[in-house]
Amino acid sequence: MSQTFSLDGQSIAFEPGQTILQAAEAAGVFIPHLCYHPEFKPHGSCKLCTVKANGRQTASCTMRAVPGMVVESNTEEINAERRALTQMLFVEGNHFCPSCEKSGNCQLQATAYHLGMMSPHYDHFFPNRAVDASHPEVLLDFNRCILCSLCVRASRDVDGKNVFALSGRGIKTHLIVNAKSGRLTDTDFTLDDKAAQVCPVGVILKKRQGFAVPIGERKYDKAPISAMTEQNKLTEEG
Amino acid sequence: MSEKKKLKVATTSLAGCFGCHMSFLDIDERLFTLLEYIEFDRSPLTDIKHVTPGTDIGIIEGGLCNAENVHVLREFRANCTTLIAIGACAINGGLPAQRNHLPLTTILEEVYHTSPGVRNGMIPNDPELPLPLNQVHPIHEVVKIDYFIPGCPPSADAIWKVLTDLLAGKEPSLEHGLMHYD
Repeated sequence: MSQTFSLDGQSIAFEPGQTILQAAEAAGVFIPHLCYHPEFKPHGSCKLCTVKANGRQTASCTMRAVPGMVVESNTEEINAERRALTQMLFVEGNHFCPSCEKSGNCQLQATAYHLGMMSPHYDHFFPNRAVDASHPEVLLDFNRCILCSLCVRASRDVDGKNVFALSGRGIKTHLIVNAKSGRLTDTDFTLDDKAAQVCPVGVILKKRQGFAVPIGERKYDKAPISAMTEQNKLTEEG
Repeated sequence: MSEKKKLKVATTSLAGCFGCHMSFLDIDERLFTLLEYIEFDRSPLTDIKHVTPGTDIGIIEGGLCNAENVHVLREFRANCTTLIAIGACAINGGLPAQRNHLPLTTILEEVYHTSPGVRNGMIPNDPELPLPLNQVHPIHEVVKIDYFIPGCPPSADAIWKVLTDLLAGKEPSLEHGLMHYD
């Protein structure tokens, strides 16, 4: 017999060891998240999945479910904080959706839609980040990186190649390529790598497929991210 | 209906492409319904040159790329009760802001002196020309903006939804399908 906790008043069953987010996803309840991916160890860094568990804020991707725990997630207070976090992600990078190939398939954008983000609110940083177009098959556009570290985890834990890393600290944290030159072409990265498929935003892009699916007909144009199963989110076509 | 005072609406395009204005016109025959509730003040649609003090709603397309943009934006803020930013450029700078990582002098040099095909080029310096800003900025970084309609451009339906929400005295919101940043 499985144990349960309460999520926004709904009873959620969980297996011992499952996190709040895993149990919620399994029960079909959406909790916004960006750095969480079901195939990887949680990173707990984006904080979008923050909930109140027994009255205390915590990342639901790292917090294990406990029997009888009372969790609040879809409340105006928590969603306002998630919206503020999302706005900060937008102004810290250069997120120009109309000219981004990932638009419509982007989890950051879809999450912002879900949270009703009508404006970025804060002042923009407009950081200067060069793109890396050196690899024959893949373009890296660091302007859109949200530091979720999914490519880092995928390349290290699945591909065994350690192509990516997060470098620097605090606001200066940035994604780097582990090569002496710093260029992707000087690594053994290929399009078949798991790391090529996990970017939730438009940093790691396959070359020569721009606008194969027109804007307006893409994954999150068809259905909101809250209505997608975890499996649908992971496939480009949805 | 005729007893009720119509709301005065002003519109402008700053560093934009007028695409949002075109999308606004795409509300088509709903314009007639809208005109029962509003009248246009300064706007490319009327050619009135300055915003009348006491205007109710200002709708601003485009970001700020030069000093004149800032001047016009401040005139709108000073004379409109409610300001609405419409479209990607007003909201985050949009396409023009993609010059922001380049020094302005480098851009002017390349456009007017060193790009292929340019001979005897000269950086325009007529005193009537507004000076470009070092970086393109979204309008909420300079004045308070009350509401935002995202999109490049926002669809006619999204614009209609926000305007009718406001006319009905409701907080505007866009559901899935109307909310787009692209």
